[in-house]
Amino acid sequence: MDQQTIFLTILGMALVTYLPRLLPTWLLSSRKLPRWLVIWLRNVPVAVLAAMLLPAVTVSGGELYVSLRNTFLLAAFPTFFVAWKTRSLFGSVITGLIVVALVRQVLVP
Amino acid sequence: MTERQGSSDRSDWVSGVAAASPIVLGYLPIGMTFGVLGQNAGLSSFNIMMMSLLVYAGSAQLVAAGLLSAGASAASIILTTFVVNLRHLLLSAAVAPFLKRWNRGELAAFAYQLTDETFALHAARFPSGRYSKAEVFAVNISAQGAWLAGTGLGILLGQVISDVEPFGLDFVLPALFIALIVLQIEETSQIAVAVITGALSVALLILGVDQWNVIIATVIGATIGVALELWTNKPSS
Repeated sequence: MDQQTIFLTILGMALVTYLPRLLPTWLLSSRKLPRWLVIWLRNVPVAVLAAMLLPAVTVSGGELYVSLRNTFLLAAFPTFFVAWKTRSLFGSVITGLIVVALVRQVLVP
Repeated sequence: MTERQGSSDRSDWVSGVAAASPIVLGYLPIGMTFGVLGQNAGLSSFNIMMMSLLVYAGSAQLVAAGLLSAGASAASIILTTFVVNLRHLLLSAAVAPFLKRWNRGELAAFAYQLTDETFALHAARFPSGRYSKAEVFAVNISAQGAWLAGTGLGILLGQVISDVEPFGLDFVLPALFIALIVLQIEETSQIAVAVITGALSVALLILGVDQWNVIIATVIGATIGVALELWTNKPSS
């Protein structure tokens, strides 16, 4: 993609990001959202993150790659553990990076 | 609930900037990460800064950088951004009742800088009547200022680091997703949502549904979650 197309894509991203931020403040300052919609919207972040995460750590070249040689899959476990125990975004990410860097330095032939 | 007078009060601006400091500290490193990854994805410095200025949504920007380097189409990037950022609808709806006396222009400016983190801060303060406009905008402007500063530093850093693999930086995104999932889970039914959606996304990808697997799996997974929760927890509220 050339830089001009990327810029147009960014404008599109800006628009679809802004509308959900803006419209409720303009339209429903008193009305309540229906319960099913609240639950659905609350599920979306977890769902979309899982939908991006699992392929990133278990799929390689269009095929399932569940193996001890899969560095990302190995690093996912300590990252999850630190996130669960510390609830620190930065701490979890740093843990993941260190594990991946170490595995690459030490284990890769 | 009386709104405090004097929106140009200097002490309100100072206390707003001070209140934003934890967000500032969090946004600097993640903004830097976006700057580095954006450059590795082939975005110009101008486009990287524009994304932080115009889109201003951390996880969506990192995801977009990943999709761009994977050669995804503009349509799938925009649609993915829409789905990733749809949660703001919920945040915006939650703070809206406190802002009834603001005019449309002020609401438009406020909504532009509404993020998960600024929402958490405002939602904790609004119920006690702390929503002077100066203070609220001081928080929001400090937060986006930190995001832009972090992005700029990341662009500079990215010019030094051309190969991210030795530092494990290509794992930033999966690691961030893991942490965000863990932090987002409030109800047990959401664990089921994460597992079902993740498995569905992998299955679709292996079956050859490239690029759209994330959106299809998300819509189905979030909907199954609604059914699960309405079915297991009888309405109480």
